[in-house]
Amino acid sequence: MKKFLTAILFAPVLAFAAGAELHLDKAPDKSNDQAALQNGAKVFVNYCLNCHSASYMRYNRLKDIGLTDAQVKDNLLFTADKVGEPMKIAMQRADAKTWFGAAPPDLTVIARARASEFGSGADWLYTYLRSFYRDEERPSGWNNVVFANVGMPHVLWELQGDQVMGADHKLKLVKPGTLKPEEFDAMVGDLVGYLKYMGEPVAEFRKQLGVIVLIFLAVFFVFAYALKREYWKDIH
Amino acid sequence: MSCDENVDCGRRRLLVATAAAGGVAGVAAAVPFVASMLPSERAKSAGAPVEVDISKLAPGQMMTVEWRGKPVWIINRTPEMLASLKKTDDKVADPKSDKQMQPDYAKNETRSIKPEILVAVGICTHLGCSPSEKFKTGAESGVDPDWPGGFLCPCHGSTFDLAGRVYKSKPAPDNLEIPPHMYLGDAKIVIGEDKKA
Amino acid sequence: MSKVNALLKGTLDWVDERFPLTANWKAHLSEYYAPKNFNFWYFFGSLALLVLVIQIVTGIFLVMHFKPDASLNASGVPVAFASVEYIMRDVPWGWLIRYMHSTGASAFFVVVYMHMFRGLLYGSYRKPRELIWIFGMLIFLCLMAEAFFGYLLPWGQMSFWGAQVIVNLFSAIPLIGPDLSIWLRGDFVVGDSTLNRFFSFHVIAVPLVLLGLVAAHILALHEVGSNNPDGVEIKKKKDANGIPLDGIPFHPYYTLKDIVGVIVFLMAFSVIVFFMPEFGGYFLEYNNFFPADPLQTPLHIAPVWYFTPYYSILRAVTYPLFGIDAKFWGVVAMGASTLIIAFLPWLDRSPVKSIRYRGPLFKGFLAAFLVSFFILGYLGVLAPTPARTLVSQICSVIYFGFFLLMPIYSSLDKCQPEPDRVTTK
Repeated sequence: MKKFLTAILFAPVLAFAAGAELHLDKAPDKSNDQAALQNGAKVFVNYCLNCHSASYMRYNRLKDIGLTDAQVKDNLLFTADKVGEPMKIAMQRADAKTWFGAAPPDLTVIARARASEFGSGADWLYTYLRSFYRDEERPSGWNNVVFANVGMPHVLWELQGDQVMGADHKLKLVKPGTLKPEEFDAMVGDLVGYLKYMGEPVAEFRKQLGVIVLIFLAVFFVFAYALKREYWKDIH
Repeated sequence: MSCDENVDCGRRRLLVATAAAGGVAGVAAAVPFVASMLPSERAKSAGAPVEVDISKLAPGQMMTVEWRGKPVWIINRTPEMLASLKKTDDKVADPKSDKQMQPDYAKNETRSIKPEILVAVGICTHLGCSPSEKFKTGAESGVDPDWPGGFLCPCHGSTFDLAGRVYKSKPAPDNLEIPPHMYLGDAKIVIGEDKKA
Repeated sequence: MSKVNALLKGTLDWVDERFPLTANWKAHLSEYYAPKNFNFWYFFGSLALLVLVIQIVTGIFLVMHFKPDASLNASGVPVAFASVEYIMRDVPWGWLIRYMHSTGASAFFVVVYMHMFRGLLYGSYRKPRELIWIFGMLIFLCLMAEAFFGYLLPWGQMSFWGAQVIVNLFSAIPLIGPDLSIWLRGDFVVGDSTLNRFFSFHVIAVPLVLLGLVAAHILALHEVGSNNPDGVEIKKKKDANGIPLDGIPFHPYYTLKDIVGVIVFLMAFSVIVFFMPEFGGYFLEYNNFFPADPLQTPLHIAPVWYFTPYYSILRAVTYPLFGIDAKFWGVVAMGASTLIIAFLPWLDRSPVKSIRYRGPLFKGFLAAFLVSFFILGYLGVLAPTPARTLVSQICSVIYFGFFLLMPIYSSLDKCQPEPDRVTTK
């Protein structure tokens, strides 16, 4: 009986104790930095858009981040003919599956899908893209801290260099890449900022509109409340 | 049916007969609508057998193929993995695979045709989630400190050993299903069809 | 001006000779007498009606663009999933309509839970309002069906695996179970047929039933009159004209008051729609931004928040009984946990209706019930562990104990006398 009571008393504590922790680095917020987002778009188109599609994202939507149709056409339009087309890829899914073990997922909404109780989707991506390390047991030769046994090789390895997993379970840069670590982090930050923007292009406008709607409702409230008071003074 | 003088018996008989006929009409009309929700001919014919090449499947590795819309796992078990099945014998609910969850040719210790190659439907027998592979032994898989490797269902925590046998007192009632399958040569498996067919 | 008035009056008379327009206006609004002491809790009935309208209107426009099709498009994405993103990006203002609909689903449950709790607080289910309560419970069940069917439509990972688990629950029923779940899916796995029929249920079948039940709920209410926070019948004290002394016409008094409530509600609603449409993963689950993949279950799956208390009760049952496995009894417990609410009118034996005049026993049980309901809801979003299962078992016992012991504790309770007339501050 005593045991049972202790169980009842302590069970809630155990019940709400957190499970496995996943530590994520905080991604820098680039939502209002057009230059960073444009740079991120460039990185995305150059490094990601060969294997991953973004099939709900139209090229000309990039006007949101300050790019004109002409700029898009000259610098970014590698996989389509018209700026109104979505960011599709030429690779066949069946081929991709044999090459990587799984077809590379569409990345349009990846920044929304990867959110969890451990952090935003941007945090996950920012940590993931910087956490590849050499692992000879994997077919690609790479493994990842936040996405164990990932099928994707480290696409940005020439820029970041080679990391290995130390005995203390921490990553160590053993061979520098063409970018300094802070430059690499900044570039990944821009890329993740772009991925976050692409997950919901309307996000910034949505928030601006929300402020207007709330101000309007506040004014509406004043009128409606005064009207209600006016009528209800007859009651009691 | 009894009749007293306050009731028009002829009228009542006709009322009953008409109501009964109306009821029959109602039920008969409902039949096609209810039946239309059964699997269509297209759904029934979708279960064509799948051919898989396993020549590149290294020991200790697992691959997933789709058959009838369900994941089918093919696992190339290492000698250590096979040895772990002896240790789990007394921890699983149905060690001898007595329940009909496999064709007769897979009713053996390893639940497979070739001892090392396991072919199983990767759908938990509880509520149909797909368990995740937890091949790493010990605490690293986050299941149990003396975990010998196997599968963990993320939905309700059922665990299975490396022959797809469910552990005792878990929500899942049965072992994982072994689909009908056969070998075409050494490295080719056909799933969904066996020699009897 | 008088000419216009005469024309309007003429038109109204013309209509009234052919359709009881004025009579209905009077019966349900201008001469429907509601108690004058309604408080905060009485906003949620009208708000539920508002959310119903929001869902129907936004739903009509979403159906114009949504495609219930599970096949993969050229980019390897299911058409249904892609059509939701099409609405979110390519359809002008589609994002707003979609967020209103997805937020509306959760808002519906918020206001309906508040509305139901109001009933518990003030004994609104007691005689003569049993049928109002029963119609309300049927509305609640329809709402859960509507939410469940609708959740499959975006065809994300949570949509798919949620439907997979819930449909498989039916396979726990002995004998007919496995065939029943195939019949529900229309296929051996959750697939295109399932998506199409859930679409049909979500946009046609359930809304029709829902509207009928809402009409019945309101008609039954207007037949017997509204309860109030004191739980006394205003119809017992009438003036010379037969109008309840404590009653005031619903229109204009409560229509104007409810407009104030509507604006406050819309402010909260807008905060979510415009600033946090995912609501931390509770209103739009993160994993649902991955398209459905029949080969892989997400590592952590949980139902949407409004189902989690019942889901916890389902998981709390871990013992087989009478030779039938625990899965079946879990389903029975989950079903019972929703249906038992309908029996409140007959379980409550208290001499008073309102919490204001009830004794400590009822208040204690109600508090314990509320706490266990929240704990069950919270545990439902977490992965199960042995300790969590124990807590959910304890809370499930409290949940059922609140209802099953009510005939005893409600009649033993030391109540205070009810007043003759409603009280106002």
